[in-house]
Amino acid sequence: MTQEQPTRRDFIYIATGAMGAVGVASFAWPLISQMSPDKSTLAAGAAAEFDLSKIAEGQVIVIKWRGAPYFIRHRTADEIKAAKANDAKVVLDKYLGKDDARVKPFENKLQDQWIVVAANCTHLGCVPTSNAGEFGGWYCPCHGSQYDNAGRVMRGPAPYNLGVPQYSFVSAEKINIFGEATRG
Amino acid sequence: MIKQIASLGLAAALSLAAAGLSRAEDAHETPKPPEQKWSFSGPFGTFDRAQLQRGFQVYREVCSNCHSLSIPFRTLAEPGGPEFTQAQVKALAAEYKVKDGPNDAGEMFERPALPSDKIPYAFDNPQAAAAAIGAYPPPMRVLAKARTYERGFPLFLWDIVTQYQEQGQDYIYAILNGYEEPPAGVTIDPGLNYNKYMPGHKIAMAKPLSDDQVTYADGSPQTVDQYARDVVSFLSWAADPTLEERKRIGLRVMIFLGVFFVLLLYVKKKLWSEYDARVGIPAH
Amino acid sequence: MSGHTTYVPSNKAARWFNDRLPILGMAHEFLTFPTPRNLNYFWTFGGILTVMLVMQIITGIILAMHYVADTKLAFDSVQAIKRDVNFGWLIQTMHANGATMFFIAVYIHMFRGLYFGSYKQPREVLWILGVIILLLMMATAFMGYVLPFGQMSGWGATVITNFFTAIPVVGSDLLVWLRGGYTIDQATLNRFFSLHYLLPFMIFGVVVLHVWALHAVGNNNPTGVSVKSDKDTVPFHPYMTVKDSVGLVGFALFFALFIFYMPDYFGEADNYVEFNSLKTPAHIKPEWYFLPFYAILRAIPFTLFGLPATLYGLIAMFGSIAILAFLPWLDTSKVRSTSYRPAYKIFFALFVLTCLILGYCGSQPTDKEVLRVGSKVVLDMTGLAQIFTAYYFLHFLVVLPLLGLFEKPLKLPASIADSVLDSIRPGHGLPTGAHAEPQTKG
Repeated sequence: MTQEQPTRRDFIYIATGAMGAVGVASFAWPLISQMSPDKSTLAAGAAAEFDLSKIAEGQVIVIKWRGAPYFIRHRTADEIKAAKANDAKVVLDKYLGKDDARVKPFENKLQDQWIVVAANCTHLGCVPTSNAGEFGGWYCPCHGSQYDNAGRVMRGPAPYNLGVPQYSFVSAEKINIFGEATRG
Repeated sequence: MIKQIASLGLAAALSLAAAGLSRAEDAHETPKPPEQKWSFSGPFGTFDRAQLQRGFQVYREVCSNCHSLSIPFRTLAEPGGPEFTQAQVKALAAEYKVKDGPNDAGEMFERPALPSDKIPYAFDNPQAAAAAIGAYPPPMRVLAKARTYERGFPLFLWDIVTQYQEQGQDYIYAILNGYEEPPAGVTIDPGLNYNKYMPGHKIAMAKPLSDDQVTYADGSPQTVDQYARDVVSFLSWAADPTLEERKRIGLRVMIFLGVFFVLLLYVKKKLWSEYDARVGIPAH
Repeated sequence: MSGHTTYVPSNKAARWFNDRLPILGMAHEFLTFPTPRNLNYFWTFGGILTVMLVMQIITGIILAMHYVADTKLAFDSVQAIKRDVNFGWLIQTMHANGATMFFIAVYIHMFRGLYFGSYKQPREVLWILGVIILLLMMATAFMGYVLPFGQMSGWGATVITNFFTAIPVVGSDLLVWLRGGYTIDQATLNRFFSLHYLLPFMIFGVVVLHVWALHAVGNNNPTGVSVKSDKDTVPFHPYMTVKDSVGLVGFALFFALFIFYMPDYFGEADNYVEFNSLKTPAHIKPEWYFLPFYAILRAIPFTLFGLPATLYGLIAMFGSIAILAFLPWLDTSKVRSTSYRPAYKIFFALFVLTCLILGYCGSQPTDKEVLRVGSKVVLDMTGLAQIFTAYYFLHFLVVLPLLGLFEKPLKLPASIADSVLDSIRPGHGLPTGAHAEPQTKG
């Protein structure tokens, strides 16, 4: 009895303390969780379709998806040729480094003329200027990073190529963006 | 102390009851809406999915001609509600047109609604509704919570025990079923209608529901009574879409706090009796 | 907190730190603070209130992350919080019901102080700080209630601010200044939001002073007899911390019942209708915790010296709270605890009843009949409110000063320890004279 009593008592003290800790922790969860995007933000960030038919050859436009800018470039035949030739010179970031990996197919045929990339420089997020710089693609005014016309980084400080969002062709001139760019 | 408080409470109750009694005499008062049975009442009540779906149908075919709802389509597919499928909601939304824009030409345009859009209102704004109908019909999003009737003393205290909180629902149900011929000697101005449960008995809305007005696909009775129950259930969900989640989490919290309370009480008694033994106060 | 402590931490690093910032000494003083051992569960409400204040501040800060103080968007943003924000329904309902729970706890805390004479010498400053906290709480709650911008929000604000027009000469200018416009509008909403965010931190500051004052003079206790020896007290930790925890969790159970099962019980249906400055709801009334004061505000019937009745109503309402600050000097009895004041017990009961009935009056239309003799209404709600408003002030201005002079109190126990022993074994060899009220011992 005298041996057992303190053990059981201690157990209940510890159990009570643990329960208090669990209570505080589970109360903290809603207070933390409330900061993540709410249902309306998530719903507004659903997949969306974009019409490409009005973009002339050689033109770059900026669209907005989930509040963030994306470039859509309609490449000319010359630009496609230059980009394919550029594959060997891409050294800074090999992920999606080949031009073929940066375009999407429609009916089993790669749509080389359409480049869709996130419009935020991978250095610190500024929006690069289109058709500027030495590589015929983009030039970032913030710290001088340069990209080619497929959005591959050719000169730093940017560490990565411009991200390619998850999208697919709904028809020859309509894409459906359904996910943000990921790496690997 | 406890005894005093109890006797105080009793005295207060008696005097307030006396105050309450003397007013029951107003014969012309509007009758109180009878209490109905709702699937979602009480601590364990949940919504009936099929009923919410029927209720939405009634809203869509009847109420929506005048009343706004302004909840997004997507919520119709969210858990705890009518739980239409995502595909159903997408198709439903596409049947509506919403205003968007401006486009690159600076013009507003119409496009098919998306699940993330709010269910569009039949009128551009309240003023347009008032101009067309004669008055702006109250928005329906939180209508089930925005209507009530006086419970009075001491019923409002008893409601904590019975968990009765469907005053709004009972009131709306009563209104929908309360259209009658005005009694002899009561004249109703043109544009107004007689309703037994409306305070003052005069209501601008004409009788909105009649039997067989809405065709149910699931074979439920097509009566005003059933329509009213269904649409009121739907409005309850629209006003309180987290009701099921709230009660589910609530049960866990109550059990947790209950167990914690008992444990703490035990620890407290133990600690204090040990202290008493140490300082030589006899056990009690 | 009471300044100098002799505590020296045994750990060297802790000692180094404590020499530079004696916060460990302060914590030690808190934990070992000698507390009367006979405190009943009514004494746990101080701790409950502290937790409630912190809870209101936390949930409030979170709500401010999602709320939009714009007359066109405020109502919808509250709906968005309840529908779309993760756990927003929980946080919003905790905050809204939290205000009610805060007042329930504060009123219990106050009536405990009134019953056991906790305002008497040497706790006058402690009590006055409490009255200041009450005033700040009322201002905070009033402005917070405007934020959802429902019909009750807007019209409550309209009516209450309109009372300022009763102030002579500057009244109407003051009203426009207060609102920042001619009606309750964008400017009003914005400033109420700003002040509603600020005031809780001021409350927190006064609470720190309140606790400081408590630690300077020590707890009162159900006998009202001062602490005489170590036998009368227990260390705050673990004996009072665990007892406070029992009270707190018990209160949390009560709170959770409303949060999860009746979240709209204390709310007003009309506040689910967006504010419309062209249409007043049929019955407007403040939240329940303001009702007794609202009844006093409406009860004053006379105009005097050419000044409107509403001015006297306003004075009476503020007076009904301000008078509490003078309570330590209005009550002339040397005996603290009402348990030993048989005559005052009756008046205390009458006072509680007065507050309840005034609350009821505040919730009813003024012209509603209360008593009818034959076909003649002899008493309406205003009349009822007037009778009990009169008693409210008589209680403080006449009963308390005179009763202390004439009342013959029961014999007090020799010490707290004696009263504890006596409650275990009545007549425990002590000349307690009459039977002391058995203490509610946990």
